[in-house]
Amino acid sequence: MKQLIETIVKPLVDHPEDVQVNVVEEDFRVTYQLSVNKNDMGKVIGKQGRVAKAIRTVVYAAGTSQQKKIFLEINE
Amino acid sequence: MKQITATGQNVNEAVESALAQLKTTKDRTEILIIDEGKKGIFGIFGSRPAIVQVTVKADPIEEAKIFLVNVSEQMGVSVKVDITKEGKNVLFNLSGEKIALLIGKRGQTLNSLQYLTQLVINRYHEQYLNVTVDAEDYRKRRNDTLIQLAGRLAIKAVKTGQNVALEPMPSYERKVIHTALVDNKKVKTFSDGSEPHRHIVITPVK
Repeated sequence: MKQLIETIVKPLVDHPEDVQVNVVEEDFRVTYQLSVNKNDMGKVIGKQGRVAKAIRTVVYAAGTSQQKKIFLEINE
Repeated sequence: MKQITATGQNVNEAVESALAQLKTTKDRTEILIIDEGKKGIFGIFGSRPAIVQVTVKADPIEEAKIFLVNVSEQMGVSVKVDITKEGKNVLFNLSGEKIALLIGKRGQTLNSLQYLTQLVINRYHEQYLNVTVDAEDYRKRRNDTLIQLAGRLAIKAVKTGQNVALEPMPSYERKVIHTALVDNKKVKTFSDGSEPHRHIVITPVK
């Protein structure tokens, strides 16, 4: 899953080396914290969050096979 | 993206040496001259070799295909991608097992993949390309469903004499409905709300 997020995000940004995904696992939920270079924030969020929404849709679709609920957060 | 620097006695020679090393041609690369070089006196004193940096340009369509294949694979679906290019429109047709996972509810996953692929392709391409991602004829089936839905709701609007609002849809799906009802003299269609909640309203003509 972590790899999936990186595969999606890296081709979209100018600084692929700064893409990082942290995983926080709790009892019923997994939170993936995505952090990118400050200058790339706009690229992963997009106009009115369109890109962020698209990334989430794909990630959540991939996560349906898992029992836990998945969240994706975007940080600087 | 592949990139190398090469040297030569003059710029042309340096470029040629770089192209030979990359096994490519001049039109598929970007060339940056770092140092033009100097002949020097008698070709000995103060001579400097020319230095160029040659970058292989990525083929945007190939990049987009790799992106789609990688993402699908990470989602646990192995797909085959067929590409059709027509002017500014590029169609990626996905086929394989478990394709339903890539389509998602009302095609929302497929639409997201399409949007992301469009971003990837246009990062590499100078001219804006329009991307369509289709899976196992989903778009055609969806069009047929939408046209049927449009017909049914138009009848409902005429019968009840009231506006009928549809659920939010992406622009090309709304277009299908507008087009389907354009010849229907009993109703008019317009879109209301702002993205991403923009939806069609069918209104009976009095």
